[in-house]
Amino acid sequence: MKNLFKTFFLTELLSGLWVTLRQFSFRPNVTVQYPEEKTPQSPRFRGLHAQRRYANGQERCIACKLCEAVCPALAITIESGVSDDGTRRTTRYDIDLFKCIYCGFCEEACPVDAIVETRIHEYHMEHRGENIMTKDKLLAVGDKFEAMIAADKAADARYK
Amino acid sequence: MSEATIPDLVNIEVNGEPVQARKGQMLIQATDASGHYVPRFCYHEKLPIAANCRMCLVEVEKAPKPVPACATPVAEGMKVFTKSPKAIAAQKAVMEFLLINHPLDCPICDQGGECELQDLAIGFGRDAARYAERKRVVKDKSLGPLVSTDMTRCIHCTRCVRFTSEIQGFQELGTCGRGEHVEITTFIEKSVEHELSGNIIDLCPVGALNSKPYRYSARAWEMTQQPLVSPHDSVGSNLFAHVLRGRVMRVVPRANEEINETWISDRDRFSYEGIYSEDRLQKPLIREGNTWREVDWQTALNRAAEKLGAIVKADAKQLGTLVAPTSTLEEAYLAQRITRELGSNNVDHRLRRSDFRDQNHDPIYPWLGSSIADLEQLNSALIIGSNLRKEFPILAHRIRKAAQRGAQVSFINPVKYDYLFPVATYLSSNGLNMWQHLAAVLVAVTQTNNTMVPAMVSGLIANVQPSDSHRAIATQLLNGERRAILLGAIAQRDTAFTELRALAAVLSQVTGVQLGYMADGGNSVGAHIAGAVPHRSIDGQLLYAAGMNVKEMLAAKLKAYLIVGALESQDFAEVTALSACRSAECVIALSPYASAKDYAHIILPIGTFAETSGTHVNVEGRWQSVAGVATPVGESRPAWKVLRVLGNLLNLPNFDYDSSEQVRDEVRSQVASQQPSNSYVNTMPIHASHNSPARDIPMYGVDAVVRRATALQLTQEAQSASWSHA
Repeated sequence: MKNLFKTFFLTELLSGLWVTLRQFSFRPNVTVQYPEEKTPQSPRFRGLHAQRRYANGQERCIACKLCEAVCPALAITIESGVSDDGTRRTTRYDIDLFKCIYCGFCEEACPVDAIVETRIHEYHMEHRGENIMTKDKLLAVGDKFEAMIAADKAADARYK
Repeated sequence: MSEATIPDLVNIEVNGEPVQARKGQMLIQATDASGHYVPRFCYHEKLPIAANCRMCLVEVEKAPKPVPACATPVAEGMKVFTKSPKAIAAQKAVMEFLLINHPLDCPICDQGGECELQDLAIGFGRDAARYAERKRVVKDKSLGPLVSTDMTRCIHCTRCVRFTSEIQGFQELGTCGRGEHVEITTFIEKSVEHELSGNIIDLCPVGALNSKPYRYSARAWEMTQQPLVSPHDSVGSNLFAHVLRGRVMRVVPRANEEINETWISDRDRFSYEGIYSEDRLQKPLIREGNTWREVDWQTALNRAAEKLGAIVKADAKQLGTLVAPTSTLEEAYLAQRITRELGSNNVDHRLRRSDFRDQNHDPIYPWLGSSIADLEQLNSALIIGSNLRKEFPILAHRIRKAAQRGAQVSFINPVKYDYLFPVATYLSSNGLNMWQHLAAVLVAVTQTNNTMVPAMVSGLIANVQPSDSHRAIATQLLNGERRAILLGAIAQRDTAFTELRALAAVLSQVTGVQLGYMADGGNSVGAHIAGAVPHRSIDGQLLYAAGMNVKEMLAAKLKAYLIVGALESQDFAEVTALSACRSAECVIALSPYASAKDYAHIILPIGTFAETSGTHVNVEGRWQSVAGVATPVGESRPAWKVLRVLGNLLNLPNFDYDSSEQVRDEVRSQVASQQPSNSYVNTMPIHASHNSPARDIPMYGVDAVVRRATALQLTQEAQSASWSHA
């Protein structure tokens, strides 16, 4: 009897249509119109890598190779040596963005906050080899976005 | 009960477990032997006890305070607790004191990752420091080109100080100041110069002393550790190469109590820099007029085989093969096979020898006469013609130990060399040649025990009047339980080696003392065994038609030379030796370095000792095989592979080796019946010849790799070295 009622009056069909109707007219829209609109980001967002410098322009990285050791994807390759001023510096610092899984371990391992992951996530490559972030490229990113990186670090400092 | 009655043993209890220890042992030795780890910094089993780090404090029942395990002798019934709350508390307290002044610069410290302080701080350190005052800073000392210093990191364990005073034999490092102001320093701004000084790098438990050439170039955890054998002297010290991405980053000792204990010489430790010298060849080269053309291996090998084949076809005796004494057994064997199967016996590796008159009485291979470890047990030794410390730093250390124990060690040398132990009698020059001194000793011996001297040396001892020092050596040789007469490298290079050896052999016969050779050249023993000598075949039999030795080969100006290994004029007895090669029709050089351009027509780049698998045989006849550990530079190939292909291209039979082990096993099967023997049987009289002193080879000039090791060449030793006559 009950089944006959359901079948005869198409209640299931109508309840399905009601779901569609509800989305169309009564609820606020959650879709973001990327790239015109963007979702909010956490200061902990892990995007493109950068290397930072101290305020006096000296690069922070001391070639301790802890990031290389901790990297689970083996994306980092470092060669080190004695610099002209006698300090320990990298002579090569490559991150392979194809290997990187953006876990942020490198950033956590770094004793001098040299390697960081910025909020930049919109980047692309057009040629082979561009996936390798060399030391120069990393420092260039760091120099360009230092204000943002410093603000993010400061915002997250109390939780560290 | 029965065990306790053995007089030398005492029973103690460690953490409740009964342990037996020898009387007079320290607690730490007993705990180490029974597997109970006690943390330590200053204690080292090869060094005297200092007990100044206090890290090894343990609790002993009935003792009022924790005691240092390294300086407390075991006693019957002692109950030791290494992990009791009291012991742990003491150890943690010591660690806190040590960390007060230790800088927190582990990320830039080369010791990071292999640091004893770092390791123990994990177990015994606090997570945060309670010390907020200023840390102490110490000025770095300049110790020369080999050892870098960061003295702020020093924890004053004084291992380095004890090493220089006890093992080296002259104290280069010491402490000055007291309490917090203690500093390790050289005596007034000197550098450390001893030939074993690099070992303080390994001894330093923290990052205060580190390797200067290796500085900041890699981290301990990213390198792989692979075994090597040193090719620079015939001791065959065991090494570990630390390799990163196919490149040798540094070399450290591989402990082998029977050879090098835990030490290696600086020459073995820092020679690796020579592997990556700038004049390493990348590709095979062919000379075209005065220019060089880079070619591929196929072209170079074909050209080499073609040229060699043509010359040998005309007259096989026009081929001469020179093998570097640092070559592996396999390389020497394949080189002599190619030469002999092409119909020539002209193959030699004894490049620095100048007296070949008596080579038929050479032993099949020069043997030390005992094991290296047994040198320590000697009561009496006569060392003829050896700048011992420079030629064989590790043997010098063994003989120094014997001398420290009271052994009588005497020298007969062309000039006075430094030694760092008490020497019974030192004979040098004084208007006499080495062999004349030796003849006088022989006369003194025969006068003492009234023996007859074989007729063959009677011409040498005529009119010889022994002096008091000769008689002193004679007395020394006739007394004592373990005695040895050792012929060093200078003796083997001497132009009167025939006289020297005959007299030494006769002296050994009349005194009943074992005669030994300290073979000149890295793998000279291996090359002898492999048959790379003109007068013997691989099975050790004298050849009826002996080939030319190195001297004759170069004097005869042959048409073709095959050169295996990096040979330069410094490797020969005569500076001008290689000029013969310049006028030859075809010189094929297997060399890692561009210096072969000086004389060669075709250069085949080969790997150095770290890039080649192979076998080295040391002075005691020990065969040691290692694999190639580093990626060969450029297109260079292991020399045994090059020789194998050359053999194929020359259509020689049975040249299809797949591995160097196969070559080695072939050699081994042919020499299996040989026993080491230095016995000397000769009836032909020996006549004295004109004697001119041999060329002195500086310690850091022994072979092409060492000569290219930048840091070694910066040492005072190398800077002040002369290639003049001894």
